[in-house]
Amino acid sequence: MTDTTVFVRSQMEPAALPPKRSTGLVAWLRTNLFATPGDTAMTIIAMLFVAWLVPPLWQFLVTDAVWSDPEGLRGEACRFEGVGACWVFIQGRFNFFIYGFYPVDQIWRVNVMFLLGIIFILPLLVPRAPFKRTAAVMFFLVYPVVAYFLMAGGVFGLRPVPTNFWGGLTLTLIISLIGIIASTPIGILLALGRQSKLPIIKAFCVGFIELWRAVPLITVLFMASVMFPLFMPQGVSVDNLARAIVGIILFESAYMAEVVRGGLQAMPRGQYEAAYALGLNKPKTMGLIILPQALKHVIPGIVNTFIALFKDTSLVSIIGIFELLNTVRAAGSDINWSSPTHAVTGYIFAGFVFWVFCFAMSRYSIYMERRLHTGHKR
Amino acid sequence: MSKKFLTIALSAALGLTATAVQAQTLDDVKARGHVLCGVTEGVPGFSNPDQNNNWVGLEVDYCRALGAAVFDDPDAVRYVPLTSAARFESLGNGNVDVLSRTTTWTMTRDTDLGLSFVGTMFYDGQGFVVRNADGITSAAELDGAAVCVESGTTTELNLADYAAANGLEIDTVVFVTRSEVVQAYLDGRCDAYTTDSSAIAAERTEFPDPSAHTILPEIISKEPLGPVVRAGDPQWFNIARWTYFALLNAEELGVTQANVDDMLGSENPEIRRLLGVEGDFGGPIGLTADWAYRIIKHIGNYGEAYDRHVGPSTPLALARGLNALWTDGGIQYAPPIR
Repeated sequence: MTDTTVFVRSQMEPAALPPKRSTGLVAWLRTNLFATPGDTAMTIIAMLFVAWLVPPLWQFLVTDAVWSDPEGLRGEACRFEGVGACWVFIQGRFNFFIYGFYPVDQIWRVNVMFLLGIIFILPLLVPRAPFKRTAAVMFFLVYPVVAYFLMAGGVFGLRPVPTNFWGGLTLTLIISLIGIIASTPIGILLALGRQSKLPIIKAFCVGFIELWRAVPLITVLFMASVMFPLFMPQGVSVDNLARAIVGIILFESAYMAEVVRGGLQAMPRGQYEAAYALGLNKPKTMGLIILPQALKHVIPGIVNTFIALFKDTSLVSIIGIFELLNTVRAAGSDINWSSPTHAVTGYIFAGFVFWVFCFAMSRYSIYMERRLHTGHKR
Repeated sequence: MSKKFLTIALSAALGLTATAVQAQTLDDVKARGHVLCGVTEGVPGFSNPDQNNNWVGLEVDYCRALGAAVFDDPDAVRYVPLTSAARFESLGNGNVDVLSRTTTWTMTRDTDLGLSFVGTMFYDGQGFVVRNADGITSAAELDGAAVCVESGTTTELNLADYAAANGLEIDTVVFVTRSEVVQAYLDGRCDAYTTDSSAIAAERTEFPDPSAHTILPEIISKEPLGPVVRAGDPQWFNIARWTYFALLNAEELGVTQANVDDMLGSENPEIRRLLGVEGDFGGPIGLTADWAYRIIKHIGNYGEAYDRHVGPSTPLALARGLNALWTDGGIQYAPPIR
């Protein structure tokens, strides 16, 4: 018999590091970018695309761009071969883009309106903020009146400023905010009406929705601006802006109604039956059980409609209302600003402003969805 | 069926306006306290917002002249920017009192729409722009040249007609949009491009080096741009028309914004009648005797307005050409005041 030595490990072998290729940057690249030949090909194509796109864009927007105009040359500063973005145009006309034709010495009124709006809306947007009910009353009932008189003037010694002096981003926000706030309740009512068992209400709602949804917004605006005054008796005139806003509200509420209807139809029959079993009557069933769930389901659709509405406001330029896009275009027609790129720069700026607002709305809606998530999410 | 209904509704509506918004525009204007003037949404030199958000331009000056004639205040005007699609309807339904909005005077527009053209503030027409380096000074030298043009427009047809009529071999390079035409010209793909000369002038200001390009003197099409009022109100039409004539007569008689007060003492009977020193020519059209004095005092004469907004000293640098007075070889001509 020979001696057999038996080794018994008394200490744990120190854990070896995972193979280099499965950690860190290399692994990340392998799993995410170069996992298969197909992935590798896609990655290379994407990188080539980025390499093709980014440098000229960077060059146009940053390195070749004209950032300052110390001598006050305006368009002259951007008038040379190979010029990039003409940012001095945005700087020089920034106030026009924000306030439009609003008298310069009265601009504080617009700023006060913005500030009040932020103060009133914040408690509504932040879930944990107190005084929800007061804030809601303030924002939905008091604020519109205050804002209107701040903008239009004619009271408390404020100089009257007719609506054709309103413009720029201010006007874009006014139109979209009124549109959003007014079209939502109308849309909900229409959606409920469409499900009604009363034939007159149902027929009216279906007719309304199908009519407005079938007409392009541009036609609605055109009718509101051009045709509507023809039907008014002489001497009676409704403000052009008000007509456009009413047109937008009617149009968007039809879309809103269909979105809400989608939510209502997703509600299982059992929810109604459970509500009736609890002894709730029809309005309470709707208000306490059905609508809260239905609306929660369709938050993405509702916000989608809001974003579409916000962007649609640029269509009012067709009837000569100076919202953001139109101010950018009109400012570009000043020959003192003429240069190879000032117009493009203006559009980039307008596009960026629209993107900021739409992106903010989109992020807020995602936040709301998560907060209201109670187990239906898939 | 629905189409028929729409047609009936439309014609009924238009018929309604023809009777509803009519007559006594001057009374409405006076009661309102300002003239409502339809302008473009921004056409360089004709009507565009300036650095201080005020509307300026040749056609804006016409509106200011109306304000001056009626109220002795050129700022008694409210500008209503109109798209070209909505301009005639806006005038017809009373949204504006006068349209001063780069509108071409054509027979259909003058006769079919219930509108009246006042005169021609600016004789526009299709022109050519070339590079100075090429040494072309006249359209007659364009033989064998490549000319960029928009496809399917009257511009293209005019070019073909002009080439045929003058025996020029022009190589037409066609693009779909104007920005493509301009870019192709700047890239050197054609020796010239053609469209309305006022538009060329505006586009030239966006070139990297505007001074290296010249607009040729030839105008090969007729685009008379002028103010428009509603038909059926002779008084307002006369005011609109004679405001324009007063601007022209003032230039012809050498009355300017600077010397108008001295001219009040002039011996020239024509000047005395223009400025209301002799006779009352304003009264019959519902204005004061010094109506033309007010216009010149606040706006200047036609030539001054032209030079201020589109003339050779502005970035647009449009030569007077056809818009010179008849005494200077142009066709701007006003009947005498007497």
